[in-house]
Amino acid sequence: MEILKAEQIRKSFDGNEVLKGISISVNEGEVLAIIGPSGSGKSTFLRCVTQLETVDSGTILLCGDTLVKNGPGGKAVYADKTTCSRIGLRIGLVFQNFNLFPHFSVMRNITEAPVRVLGKKREEAEATARKLLKKMNLADKADAYPYQLSGGQQQRVSIARALAMEPEILFFDEPTSALDPELTGEILKVIRELAAEHMTMVVVTHEMKFAHDVADYVVFMDDGAIVEQGKPEQLFDSTTNERTRAFLARYHDI
Amino acid sequence: MNYQVLLSQMLEGTLMSLRIFFSTLLFSLPLGLLVAVGRMSKNPIINLPVRFYILIMRGTPLMLQLLFIFYGMKPIFGIQLDRVISAQVAFALNYAAYFAEIFRGGIEGIPQGQHEAAKVLGFTKRQTFFRIVLPQVVKRIIPPMGNEFITLVKDTSLAQVIGVVELLHITSKWVSSAVDMTPFLIAGIFYLVMNGIVTRCFTVAEKRLSYYR
Repeated sequence: MEILKAEQIRKSFDGNEVLKGISISVNEGEVLAIIGPSGSGKSTFLRCVTQLETVDSGTILLCGDTLVKNGPGGKAVYADKTTCSRIGLRIGLVFQNFNLFPHFSVMRNITEAPVRVLGKKREEAEATARKLLKKMNLADKADAYPYQLSGGQQQRVSIARALAMEPEILFFDEPTSALDPELTGEILKVIRELAAEHMTMVVVTHEMKFAHDVADYVVFMDDGAIVEQGKPEQLFDSTTNERTRAFLARYHDI
Repeated sequence: MNYQVLLSQMLEGTLMSLRIFFSTLLFSLPLGLLVAVGRMSKNPIINLPVRFYILIMRGTPLMLQLLFIFYGMKPIFGIQLDRVISAQVAFALNYAAYFAEIFRGGIEGIPQGQHEAAKVLGFTKRQTFFRIVLPQVVKRIIPPMGNEFITLVKDTSLAQVIGVVELLHITSKWVSSAVDMTPFLIAGIFYLVMNGIVTRCFTVAEKRLSYYR
């Protein structure tokens, strides 16, 4: 079943087109990796799908609902507010800079939205949070504040915070770009574990080995367009596309 | 000089100063938050009048505003306010403008990522403001707020221009009739004590909020 289907997404900032007709689809239980150089529009695309930006035109279907589609004039028409927020509750987003709430403890960071937004009972939310923290190897950090944690720990808390909302699809916007290589490993391990549990995920990443190993499908974006997409082995090992090759070559050199 | 009478009158003056101090905080803090929100509005119908208000309040002397509200309301609007009420109104309006700018600085200083994280988690705008943004703003604005509170303690002495019998007003009367500077010294100590307490409160508040960064 398709969880995410985006078609011909276009987006401009001040006349500068950053998304030039992006189409992708993600099936339930699949992991999609989006790779590409900085400024290629990967993050913008993720921000459009997670409603942090609005698209100029195109269609987005999420979890069986239409978030946005083209109106008669070819311009994007969004669903009503209720539908938009209902869709928003079915997705999760993990940010590059974690964006934890500094004034809340780890526990409260994870439970605040389930309690205030979903109306769960606090005890119930805390029980879920404890399970998630255990899974993230942070069982002893429930009462800590974000500033007391390492970057890798903070990112794991933010993953737990996203998972606590029980999303049908989880988006990662360069989840390891703010971390050093050692901490990067922690996060990638968590995402691998989630993949093994068939969590549907879209990961924007610069970690090629990770994309190669974990993703079911890889999209290579450059300059606001999809250059190539396919199975990881096809894209990484046997591509015939010049731009893909040139991009990957830079990683092999390092 | 009868010190017992002097001190009891100065204490009464102090009570008046404190009355202006507390009423100003009571009204200007919420009003300031409202003005800050108006100032940040993208709608010019809201934002322009608010900017004009802030300009007037910060751009003209507080003493002039006091005089205007006490003497100027009658000829223009036909209402005569009581001296103390005039002072309370003038102070509240004036300080709201300063507080608004402090609030605005604090609110705008919260990283965009906090709003985005809250939005993705499904918090409403109201929840985001009151549960995520505002608590963090409070911590950030403590130092500039401390400045304003201390200034306010001293500014209450301006109320004497419209005949409010506050601490410095009483003190000057004693000094001029007795030709003795001692009451000024005592008044200075009174202000210092009040601001010592204010400073202490802010130190405690800062410490209480140091559980996060």
